[in-house]
This record gives sequence, C-alpha cells and structure tokens, in this order.
Amino acid sequence: MEWRDEGIILGLRKHGETSVIAEVMTKAHGRHLGIVRGGRSKRLQPVLQPGNSLDLVWRARLDEHLGQFQVELLDARAGRLMESAIGVHGVQAMAALLRLLPERDSHARLHDAFAVILDSLDTPEQAGALYVRFELAVLEDLGFGLDLTACAATGVRSGLIYVSPKSGRAVSAEAGAPWAEKLLALPAFLPDREQACVDAVMLAQAFKLSGYFLGRHVFEPRGVEPPISRESFCTAALRALRQSAPVANSCQEPGS
Amino acid sequence: MQKRVTGPEIERLIQLLARVPGLGPRSARRAALHLIKKKDQLMGPLASAMNEAFDKVRICSTCGNADTSDPCTVCTDPTRDQSVIIVVEDVADLWALERAAAMNAGYHVLGGTLSPLDGVGPDDLSIAGLVDRVARGDVREILIAVNATVEGQTTAHYITEQLSGFEIKITRLAHGVPVGGELDYLDEGTLAAAIRARTAF
Repeated sequence: MEWRDEGIILGLRKHGETSVIAEVMTKAHGRHLGIVRGGRSKRLQPVLQPGNSLDLVWRARLDEHLGQFQVELLDARAGRLMESAIGVHGVQAMAALLRLLPERDSHARLHDAFAVILDSLDTPEQAGALYVRFELAVLEDLGFGLDLTACAATGVRSGLIYVSPKSGRAVSAEAGAPWAEKLLALPAFLPDREQACVDAVMLAQAFKLSGYFLGRHVFEPRGVEPPISRESFCTAALRALRQSAPVANSCQEPGS
Repeated sequence: MQKRVTGPEIERLIQLLARVPGLGPRSARRAALHLIKKKDQLMGPLASAMNEAFDKVRICSTCGNADTSDPCTVCTDPTRDQSVIIVVEDVADLWALERAAAMNAGYHVLGGTLSPLDGVGPDDLSIAGLVDRVARGDVREILIAVNATVEGQTTAHYITEQLSGFEIKITRLAHGVPVGGELDYLDEGTLAAAIRARTAF
C-alpha cells in the first residue's frame, strides 16, 4: 500500500530510541498515524514539529498496518507559532479537537481550515474568531452542527442574538426575550460572515457557545475533560485582542 | 528451539542491560560478556556502586534534581544565586546547562513537558512546586530553559501564565543559529527565529 498526500503535524510519540510515531492531519486520508524512521535525528526534529505542513508518502504492506511515513517539509510554521502564547496554545487546542475525529476518515475541509487558521494565529483580530468557527466546523463534522441561519421559533433570518442550548439553533431577540437568561448569547460575527468587527465581549461569548456544545455533545459523552490548551488559548486570544485594540474595545453599531 | 548457553543469572543480566538507553540485545550481550571477563576489576565495583547509588539516590524535594542528599547539592550550594531559577525539563538538561557553566543559579526540574498525545498534563509536572518557590518571595528571575519544540514552548507559556501574578522577571533561552551552524543547512523555522531575534552589532 502506498499513497502521497499533504499533511499537518498534530503530535509525536517516541518510538524506540531513534524513531517517532507521527500523527498528521492529511487532506485526503484524514487523521493518520505512521512511523518516521530517524524522526528523533537532528535533521528531522525541526521538521516534525506540530503545525508544520509536510509532503507525506505513506507505505505499508497492508492497509490496516501502522505503516511508515517519508516526509519532506512544505511549510515551517512551528518556529513562528512558538513565538506567542496564542500560537502554541492554538496549534495544541486545534490538534486536540482533530483528535476527536476517527482515524483515517477524510475531512478535507477541516485540513484546509486548520492550515488557514495556523497562518492567521499571529493576527489577534482574526485568530479567536477563526478558532471558534473551527470548533463549530468540528462539531458539524461530528454530526452536532449548530443552525445559526434562522430563528428556531419564527424562522426570521435577522436579529438573531441567542442560541437554544437544547436544539443548538439560533433564536431571534424578539422570540427569545422571555427565556433570555436560559439562552446562550450568539455574537453577531458567527451568523453574519460579512461582519468583520469582533471585540473581546463577542469573542468570550463565542468561546462560551462553542465550549458549551463541545462539552455537551463530545467531551461529556466520552467522559473526557476539555483540553487544557483550549482554556489557555481562549485566555491568550482574549488578552491579545484587548491589547491589539485597547481603545476601541467594543464594536460600534453601524451608522452610530 | 535454540539451546541455552548460559545460566539464568547471566540471561537476566543481559535482559536488564538491554533496557539501558543506547543498548540493544546484541550490545547488552557484549557488555555482559565484558563484565564477566573483568569480574573483579569492573563487575564487582560496578555492582557495589549501583547498590550504593540505589540506597542513596533520591529526588530533591525543592528542585526535583536527582542527588544523594535532600536538599540536593545545587540547592545547598551557598555560592549560587538562588534568586535566579533556571527551569528545565529533565535532570539531563540541568547537567547539560551545568556543563556550559554559563550561570551560577538555582534550578527547577519540571519532569517533562505538557504533552496531550502522551496524556501529560500540568498536574503531572512540578509546576505547582515552582509556583510555591516563587510565592515564598526570594526569587527575582525565572529563566525558562525548555526545549525549542512546540511542546516545550507550550509548557513555557503555561508556566508564564501561572507566574503572571508575581512581580518577577521571566526570561527564556534565545532561539537561533547554533555555534558552528552553517546557514545553508539550517531549517527555515530556525532561520526565521534567528532573524526575528537579531541583535545590534
């Protein structure tokens, strides 16, 4: 068996004294593991860092075998990611989310999104919002997607400011008013992809929203704790956003 | 079935030696044979040295270093500036930094790095012990000397967050071109880090 694909390193595990088992998110073959011979050498160690994009050739005698990777560096992001808290926690948090997916199950959209977000992690205005969209995309691929396009009660497509914690569907301001305390806040940038302005309050609401549904649908049923890197990333992203826009820390209403 | 050529004691010696890093079954056999040949000059002293070390080695309750006393030699050394603590992943890193003899400071051994794939979380490392040492108020600088890997730097940033409430200087090792390194042979990540961390000449 042999295939060639592009992949992003998620993590490594030592194998013997000189090799590693690499866990990569590939475009066409999903999350895949394989041995890299000599992976602990001085030459390969900088290449095999989480976040780096690689050209991979996987070989095994049978498809169900672990197999071996031959790797070549395509994009060395790890050095840049290591410079900031948002970078290292971001790559670890997204890798933890991708580990929720079954092995060898193709999720090309998530692979592409992962690459785009890794390239945007040094832009605080985008990093947090993109990460939340990534969490929602993972939820969707796991079969627990939220419907944020129309109000669950009235069907209207505007004025959506809540999400029902039961159904995961958006609720308009008018329809949700009587149950406002029980509903989750829906920040404006999530249903409206055109909305570029994301402030710290909106981002905190978005982290709470995606965290709630990840907990309810994924972590709790599997009996696992949310990854510590998620909390660290949320803290770092909010801090970075506040530092990048200390004056205008809240988005202005259009026309005001 | 292969016939046995040695008694179970020697087989056991070979099996145990094969577990030592750097030794496989073949080199373990060679080492065992060498020990047997040099029974009085090497095997006897080695056995007694290992026995003594086994009885006396302990982990320092202050810094996590391996030594025969608790607190360890590093922690009780009056010539060291204990207000500066170098945080390392492993005892091997402590020994490596001591070989460099670049700083005369105290140490704190974490016992690894945060590794989600291996299930190593903050509670598995001695981060709480480091925070306790800083909270005592005698520390003015923490130098985080962990590996330049994503896992190492994740741990470094986590420690920085845990120590953010204390008024101390937190530093880390520079990333860049190693001594004797040729630019042509360096990976792009190291080169980019070296350029970002350039200094005035």
